[in-house]
Amino acid sequence: MTVSPHSKELGQQSRRKFLANIARTAGGVAMLGLGLSMYTRQSLSLPAQAIRPPGAGAEEDFLAACIRCGLCVRDCPYDTLKLANVAEDVALGTPYFEARKVPCEMCDDIPCVKACPTGALDHELTNIDEARMGLAVLVDQEECIAFQGLRCEVCYNVCPVRDKAITINRQHNERTGKHALFIPVVHSNACTGCGKCERACILEEAAIKVFPLKLAKGEIGKHYRLGWEEKQKAGGSLVTPDQQHQYTLPEGTRYDFEGEGLIQPRNGSQQENDTPFSSNPLDRLNKGFK
Amino acid sequence: MATPVEQLGREAVQVKGWIRAHKWLVLRRISQLSILALFLIGPLYGVWLVKGNLASSLTLDVLPLTDPYVLLQSLFAGHIMENEAIIGALIVIAFYMLVGGRVYCSWVCPVNIITDAAEWLRLKMGIKGGTQLSRNARYWILGLSLALATATGTIAWELINPVSMVQRAIIFGVGFAWVVMLSIFLLDAFISRRAWCGHLCPVGAFYGLLGKFSLIRVNAVARNKCDDCMECFVVCPESRVIKPALKGEEKNIGSMIMSSDCTNCGRCIDVCAKDVFKFDLRFNNQINELKTSHQREVLP
Repeated sequence: MTVSPHSKELGQQSRRKFLANIARTAGGVAMLGLGLSMYTRQSLSLPAQAIRPPGAGAEEDFLAACIRCGLCVRDCPYDTLKLANVAEDVALGTPYFEARKVPCEMCDDIPCVKACPTGALDHELTNIDEARMGLAVLVDQEECIAFQGLRCEVCYNVCPVRDKAITINRQHNERTGKHALFIPVVHSNACTGCGKCERACILEEAAIKVFPLKLAKGEIGKHYRLGWEEKQKAGGSLVTPDQQHQYTLPEGTRYDFEGEGLIQPRNGSQQENDTPFSSNPLDRLNKGFK
Repeated sequence: MATPVEQLGREAVQVKGWIRAHKWLVLRRISQLSILALFLIGPLYGVWLVKGNLASSLTLDVLPLTDPYVLLQSLFAGHIMENEAIIGALIVIAFYMLVGGRVYCSWVCPVNIITDAAEWLRLKMGIKGGTQLSRNARYWILGLSLALATATGTIAWELINPVSMVQRAIIFGVGFAWVVMLSIFLLDAFISRRAWCGHLCPVGAFYGLLGKFSLIRVNAVARNKCDDCMECFVVCPESRVIKPALKGEEKNIGSMIMSSDCTNCGRCIDVCAKDVFKFDLRFNNQINELKTSHQREVLP
């Protein structure tokens, strides 16, 4: 091969330039990748007030599946859903709603899920009552007026899963000493996270709020077993065999577990009366005179 | 003789008239704008012909169309799509494999209007030079977008993809997305010529690869009539794709523009006063020049 020293030098120069160009591009792209991967981690932290449409899975899964086409938004008949725009906290272009502004109306046919072409909203979800968009939490038990002993129950009354997702629990009003507190209690086995309660809360800032499940829900240790539940599941005690207290009692006698003890049969008119005490206090007072 | 930039396109207008000298440009703008209009008449006038956006849409409640690039990213992120999106993507893939992958860039993508406007300003103001980017950077970014989808398990690129940002902003409400539009314009106009669409955009890179073997191409069919005015090179967004076809006769290179980077925008057809170029099917690639009718008349 006859290569003049001059052209060899040129070849080296162009090779050097070529390699430098590749390195430059690769460097730039690597920087871009680094920045973007950090931003991606940040984008996974969905703000607490942003709620995903029904059928959306965990945020990581949702962001792998949602292609930001907005078909769910278009098919939402109540303008509940919107797509996150530039400079918003929610991952760009993904659908969400804010309960305090426009809650989910829980359509029976769930058009948003049907519209989703990718399955980011799970098509297995056909009963809207099984949706778990979030979980309502009575976050502020100081300001909620039910805790002041005032009647409100607006959240209870607007709840679409009425009397299941929110129930009213009566408690004693210690302040007045003679009234009841009508406390709303949310049940996670029925709450869909639609946000109607948060929307309807009469306070300036809602005392009941819908949070993403991972924020709202605690989780008991995997090794925990609640004895009474296990017993019910198994149909009997699993630890020691259930033993009925059994006594060989004399004919005609009974045993009262709550303190009375052995009850002797009585003769005459008293035998007709099963309870040891009469409900009439005068009988008790007159007892000694008989 | 190369035409000075100020006189770009004048000869074509003189010879062919304004309409023929802008035919493909006008058709492209009509195509780009009417696609956006189809998406917009739903929200604006309640006439729902097309729902969704360019990532995925449903036309007349029957025809699903899905962007195969975003579907691929989702696949790399570990999600298996529902059939509707897959069918939609297959339709789109088939279409672009036929008409040319980067037809998406020049006939559909709204960012093209922005970058063309920037290029127009560049030519008008005589802005020259700027940062040199590699034409291959887009393939690196394409690879990066897929790698990041796998690494993060999410469709990471869509967090910053200006292409989907712009089209979604137009269809669903602009908000702060005008900042993105302006940035792309400024980048192309003042920092680097044809930077976004011609060097960086992974969407274009993806569609280019998709249309690698596409049927419809630009053919420099009358390349022997070329008078070296160079206007096609100036207007072409991917100028180096023209050279082998136009100047490759002696090297036995066919007259068809075979590079998958060609966007089939047809600007070269418009701007050429000699009508060297036309849209053609890829099998009509002629390696040994056939005499054109014009020459047959002249030659004995």
